[in-house]
Amino acid sequence: MDNPAYVPILRGMATDSDILIVGGGLNGPCLALALSQAGLTSTVIDALPVETSDNDRFDGRSYALALASARLLMALGIWEDVKANAQPMLEIKASDGRAGEGPAPFFLHFDHAEIEEGPMGYMLEDRFLRHALLTRMQADPNIIHLPGKRVIAQDTTGPASVTLEDGRTLTARLLIGADGRQSGTGARAGIKRQGWDYGQTALVCSLKHELPHHGIAHQFFMPAGPLAILPLPGNRCSIVWSETHARAAEINALSDEGYLEVLRPRFGDFLGEIALDGDRFTYPLNLTISERFVDDRLALVGDAAHGVHPIAGQGLNLGLRDVGALAEVLTDAKRRGEDIASLLVLERYQRWRRFDTATLAASTDLINRLFSNDNPLLRAGRDLGMGLINAFPAARRSFIREAAGLTGDVPRLLQGKPL
Amino acid sequence: MNSAANTVDDAEIAKFEAMAAEWWDPKGKFAPLHMMNPIRLDYITAQIAAEFGRDLRDEKPFYGLRLLDIGCGGGLLSEPMARLGATVVGADAAERNIPVARVHAEQSGLEIDYRHTTAEALAEADEQFDVVLNMEVVEHVADPQAYLTACRQLLKPGGLMICSTINRNPKSFALAIVGAEYVMRWLPKGTHEWHKFITPEELFALIETAGLDPVDRKGFVFNPISWRWSISDRDLSVNYVTASVKR
Repeated sequence: MDNPAYVPILRGMATDSDILIVGGGLNGPCLALALSQAGLTSTVIDALPVETSDNDRFDGRSYALALASARLLMALGIWEDVKANAQPMLEIKASDGRAGEGPAPFFLHFDHAEIEEGPMGYMLEDRFLRHALLTRMQADPNIIHLPGKRVIAQDTTGPASVTLEDGRTLTARLLIGADGRQSGTGARAGIKRQGWDYGQTALVCSLKHELPHHGIAHQFFMPAGPLAILPLPGNRCSIVWSETHARAAEINALSDEGYLEVLRPRFGDFLGEIALDGDRFTYPLNLTISERFVDDRLALVGDAAHGVHPIAGQGLNLGLRDVGALAEVLTDAKRRGEDIASLLVLERYQRWRRFDTATLAASTDLINRLFSNDNPLLRAGRDLGMGLINAFPAARRSFIREAAGLTGDVPRLLQGKPL
Repeated sequence: MNSAANTVDDAEIAKFEAMAAEWWDPKGKFAPLHMMNPIRLDYITAQIAAEFGRDLRDEKPFYGLRLLDIGCGGGLLSEPMARLGATVVGADAAERNIPVARVHAEQSGLEIDYRHTTAEALAEADEQFDVVLNMEVVEHVADPQAYLTACRQLLKPGGLMICSTINRNPKSFALAIVGAEYVMRWLPKGTHEWHKFITPEELFALIETAGLDPVDRKGFVFNPISWRWSISDRDLSVNYVTASVKR
């Protein structure tokens, strides 16, 4: 164990920190940094060792950060570390396509120039965000980072506590599960999950291409599933390509050249020649929602609370909205003198986030079902619908604001304001 | 209990005693109070911070302040005040509330001096406080003027009293009694007697006669659409609160 922050834990067994965060991905560290601003101390327990999570090699993973998410990173001071590597998304074009036929005549076009807030979002590679979060966490005196540690048991009947694989027990006032869709924290608390499988797998990779993308993101709705093309810095882009489980497995088994051959007719030639940049990934697409997000002395954030189909890049954005909402609820409660771990306080977070999550899950599901269909009637109907949305600037602006995360009851941090 | 100067109506105490054990159940009979508590605390903390120059972002912003919570019930206000660093005396005329509040404070790891007593008895014993919280009490006492005079005596010079109550008009009758007690069943029937409600003008007259200077007034407003309470500068038509200072 070479973490210098390790020492205080041995000394203060009674209250290691105010908050225990299980999960060292993206939401957990962001929450710890947000709570630190309010003077709350956190211990972040990460199953992955630093060598695995903080790797300079580009592995092909990246995020579509909505403007609101970027604002949260600004408010937490992380943005300045990553902005040089972030690609602004200036326009989004959505169109209906069938492999080999090119896009249908009607397509949706969203331009950031239509709203005053700026770009709708940014593309950011996973490695840069992870590195910035790790650096900030390690420099923060209110945060203890424990990488490479697995939680095997927890107890929230008294003060919250977890037992690590090495037998050590850590205690705090409140336990946070930020440990993803297979959340052990939620499962150990007996919180059930509802899940739906889409019968699809997302193929994810990055590409180098010949021609500049001009900051334009594309979404092609194909019968098998959508293909999203998201601009990265330079002549590079990140793609999320959905196919049926069986077809995705076949494609993934192909060589790099075979893979590109299947992709080319779907992708088109508007960016010139394409080549792979980094690794290829596959993610089965399913939607899972926890029956509740909170319990006594316990709250779930991000995919631990809800894992959504990532067609609009909304997984991380929803997670960061959880982070902003929970940090705000806890900070306000602390300044009022309330017990931050009481169900009375935590239920405010659940009320705030549940509606948003259910709405997004339902609409993402609907869009996917509507567009992943080759029925000619549906196809004509949606082409007409897209044409109509395009014809009305007000409708278009509200779509843009929605995509940028600027609608609804936006947490202070996601407005770029301090807690 | 000192019964010499007791303005608390015995029938009122009996009603609350029956409810005491349920104070801390967020889904129980006091659910409406738990719902309203965050904005009550927002108001109280902001007023104390402004009056005594404290920063709520500090760890124990109310450290060094001696605070009295009259009608403390189960400790819904006493506990937050203690957590913010104040030295808290919680007083309640209903005896059964005291052990309930004590047990809960111990569970919360807080030190609070809960006493079965009244404002009048504390004043007679020359107790002195920087802050007196007088929340939803004045509409339950038999002699509001005598009660508020006792509250003034309890304040150190420069001390702050925060007093909230319910207005008396057709709207408050409809909302607080018919709505909260009969339709929503939020509160047991008979919790409030409408004729005891006090208008803001009457309350300010009582406070000034008691020798305090009102410095602020706000409304606590419930929005049935968003199902949320908020603080209003203008709407004092049902629940309202006022801060006054002993110069």
